Amino acid sequence: MTVQSINPTAVVRGARRIPRRRRVLVAGGLGAALFGLFALRVLAGDYIITLPDFFRILGGEEIPGATFILMESKLPRAVLGVLAGLAFGVAGAIFQSTLRNPLASPDMLGISLGASASAVFAIVVLSLNGSALSVAGIVGAVLTAVVIRLVAGSDGGYRLVLVGVTAAAGLVAVIQYLFTRANEYDAQLALRWMTGSLNSASWPTIRILFVALVILLPLVAWTVKSQRVLELGPDVATALGVTHRYADLLLLLAVLLCALAVAATGPVAFVAFVAGPIARVLNGGRTTILGAALVGAVVMVGADYVAAYGFPDTNLPVGVVTGAFGAPFLLWLLASGRAGRR
Amino acid sequence: MRLAAESVSLGYGADPIVDEVSLEIPDGLTTVIVGANGCGKSTLLRGMARLLRPISGQVVLDGKAVHKQPTRAVAKTLGLMPQSPIAPEGITVVDLVGRGRQPHRGALQRWSPADDAAVAEALELTSTLDLADRVVDELSGGQRQRVWVAMALAQQTDLLLLDEPTTFLDVAHQIDLLDLLHGLRETRGTTVVMVLHDLNLAARYADHLIAMSGGRIAATGKPADVVTAERVESVFGLEAQVISDPVSGTPLVVPIGRHHRPAAHPHAQGA
Repeated sequence: MTVQSINPTAVVRGARRIPRRRRVLVAGGLGAALFGLFALRVLAGDYIITLPDFFRILGGEEIPGATFILMESKLPRAVLGVLAGLAFGVAGAIFQSTLRNPLASPDMLGISLGASASAVFAIVVLSLNGSALSVAGIVGAVLTAVVIRLVAGSDGGYRLVLVGVTAAAGLVAVIQYLFTRANEYDAQLALRWMTGSLNSASWPTIRILFVALVILLPLVAWTVKSQRVLELGPDVATALGVTHRYADLLLLLAVLLCALAVAATGPVAFVAFVAGPIARVLNGGRTTILGAALVGAVVMVGADYVAAYGFPDTNLPVGVVTGAFGAPFLLWLLASGRAGRR
Repeated sequence: MRLAAESVSLGYGADPIVDEVSLEIPDGLTTVIVGANGCGKSTLLRGMARLLRPISGQVVLDGKAVHKQPTRAVAKTLGLMPQSPIAPEGITVVDLVGRGRQPHRGALQRWSPADDAAVAEALELTSTLDLADRVVDELSGGQRQRVWVAMALAQQTDLLLLDEPTTFLDVAHQIDLLDLLHGLRETRGTTVVMVLHDLNLAARYADHLIAMSGGRIAATGKPADVVTAERVESVFGLEAQVISDPVSGTPLVVPIGRHHRPAAHPHAQGA
């Protein structure tokens, strides 16, 4: 190739292909990893279900013991793990990229805690239960987000992060106060909203989350083009015709995703926080929402496998595992991530 | 005249930083806004680029208040390069420049060959085609600034506003960038409005100069008419001689400074 005869459009097309190829590769690899972990979670463990049995049970056949364990524990836990992981991953990546701050995930800014606090309030003070608690959780998350946004004002990420972290601290205090007022039964119920867990995964919960994702994820895909412009900062985004109203819309979608996932599984620690940065390192340092979604699901299902079978005689909540491994893993990523550029 | 301000007041709090300013931006020419720190020149530019809503008055683009027009439609006519923008981590040059195509793409429209061509043209104009597949964070300051200009060019607007595009550039890169913008006015007929710190570069590259002081316009016109020793003193608080630039014939400001001040203080003025 001589310097003179380069066709500029071809150069542009060629250069655009490189990150795209990487993105497809990352999505493919993560998809395969998720499939593998899903199979592991469903089939392996303390009670092994063979592949033929798996399909026979799905086909409606009744196998004593196996049917119950698969349909009431293994399969719903795995499916809920995937769905909640996708939601947490997308919500985290949208927050971090739109606010241009890796700290600004919804779990750090008190959005998840807003859901928890509201649900615990509904349990302890209002004596609600069942799906009313999910509604309370979602309302709490949205309210928290709106208050943070109003206090922080429209100009930029830093104030929002500060206000959000402060709100998170306040909400922890509220939850702890309410917890001391709760009777034994309510405390048990409230605990579910304080640690993320897949132990109580049930098909009705899965159905609700699935329907919500079917509605919300296409909306995210649709607005992702403006997300790519918002990443350039508010001034450039406005100059390109994308106002902060789009940012608010996108953040609202992320809040809803996060709140729905919290309503289904409780606030699983660190998943929303780590999914974006991990996907980013895999993708050569570039933001990828799809990648973050898949990383979220991989982390959830993988951590739940460890939580269920990693420690003999205990069935830990998944949030304990993600919490214990999430923080050091992120530190390791931050320390080593730069080497893996491109 | 497509872009104008009509007694516009701008600011962030209660006190306006720009105080009832009216001005007209001549089409197809380069307008440069100069003034001391805090005189409101960047605020005025941000107001004209609709990043700031006026406290009173209005900015008019093509006969209509810019804030009343859909922001996406404005983005097809009016481009902006803000002061020291920050690129997202890991983004490649083509990807960044490609995002300048945003206002021209519908919500569900895919990337088209026309977009490729626009990005290629922008990279060629800014001599950054050879950087196409590089990561923006790994470029030098001068290269990065060119890439941001390329992004604004890919937007293909008739008007382009730039807020101190030469900050952080060494003198050779400053000249490079200003030559590039000057060339744009020749090849594309783009109306360029920019804020510059360096009065001499402003005088050299401007067709139309706006000097601001204390939130108001102190003088406008051709550089030769605006840049005089008296005005440099009143606008910048700088005692200087103004001579003729030996290369371009435009006014050249030579600051006097404390140590070269003659005892008699005779306000010398050349050309």
